[in-house]
Amino acid sequence: MNNWPLWEVFIRSKNGLEHRHCGSLHATDATMALENARDVYTRRGEGVSIWVVPSSQITASNPEHNGETFEPALDKVYRHPTFYELPDELKHM
Amino acid sequence: MSNSKINYILGIADNALILGQRLSELCGHGPSLETDIATTNIALDLLGQTRSYYQYAAELQGGEATEDTLAFLRKEREYKNVLLVEQPNTDFGYVMARQYLFDVFHLLLLEQLQNSNDEVLAAIAKKSIKEVSYHKRFSGDWIKRLGDGTEESHNRMQEAFDNLWTFTNELFLMTADDTAMVEAGVGVDVAALKAAWTQEITALLTEATLTVPDLKYFLKGGKEGIHSEHMGFILTEMQYMQRTYPNMTW
Repeated sequence: MNNWPLWEVFIRSKNGLEHRHCGSLHATDATMALENARDVYTRRGEGVSIWVVPSSQITASNPEHNGETFEPALDKVYRHPTFYELPDELKHM
Repeated sequence: MSNSKINYILGIADNALILGQRLSELCGHGPSLETDIATTNIALDLLGQTRSYYQYAAELQGGEATEDTLAFLRKEREYKNVLLVEQPNTDFGYVMARQYLFDVFHLLLLEQLQNSNDEVLAAIAKKSIKEVSYHKRFSGDWIKRLGDGTEESHNRMQEAFDNLWTFTNELFLMTADDTAMVEAGVGVDVAALKAAWTQEITALLTEATLTVPDLKYFLKGGKEGIHSEHMGFILTEMQYMQRTYPNMTW
C-alpha cells in the first residue's frame, strides 16, 4: 500500500464558503480517495462537500523564486484595500 | 415489562457491541492509515448504537442495571449476538467479508425496525440507518476491489466468504423472543429478510467475480448464548477493567 498515489483533499465547511485545502491521503483511485477523505477529515462534522485532486496534478510555484514572485508586492500599500471600513455583518472577507 | 422485549433489544445491541469490539481491535493495526481510521469509525458508530439500546434495555430492566453493567458484567452465555460477528480479524478480506455480510442484514433489519410500534426502538433504528448505509458502501466497495483485484486478493476474498458462510443462516433464525416481539408489533421478522439479503449478496459477489458458497449445513447458537471459542477471549479483554477494578470510572 506504500505505492498508492497521493491525493490532496479540499473540504467546504458550509454552503456558500469555498473549499479549503485540509490535507492529503493515499488512495488507489478517486472513489477511494473520497471515501478515505470522508473518514479521515470529516469525522467531526467539518464539511458539506469534498474535493479530491491527485497531488501529481498540482503545479506549484518554486520556493527558490519567492523573492521575485512575491516581494515586489509588499511595498505597494496602495494595492491593499485597507482603507475601507467593513460592516460587521460582512463575514468571511 | 416483559423479558422478551429486553432480550430482543439485547440481541440487537450485542451484535453491534461485539462487532464494534472486533473492529476496534484494528485501531492502530489497520492495513493503511486510511483504512485504520475508517474501520475505527465504523466501530465507533456501532458502539454508539449499542449504548442507545443498552440505555433503553437498562431502563426497562430497572434496578441496578445500567448500560455499563449490560456491556461489561454479563457472562458469556448471557450475550445474544450471532456467531458471525465474533469471528476473528483473520485478514482484511475476512474483516470486510464479515462486515458486508452483517451490514446488508443490519440495514434490512433497521429499515423494518424504524416502523416498530416501540417509539424508542424506531428512533434508534432511524438514526442508525445513515451510519449503516455508509458501512455497507464501504465494505461492499472493498469486496469489489479485492474480489476483482489481483489473483491473491481474489483468492483471499473467496476464502473469507467460504469460511464465514456457515455463520450466515443464523442471522435469519427466529428465537422465541423474536417471535413474541414480531407478534407484538415491536420486532422484525428476520426470517423474511433472507430473500432480499441473498439477492443483494449474490449480486455484489457476482460483480466482484466471486462465487456464492453453496452450503447445506450451517452453524448456530449465538442467539441462544452458545458461542464459538472466540467469544471468551473477546469478553476477557473487553471486561478486564470492570472485573479487575469494579465500578471504576474514567
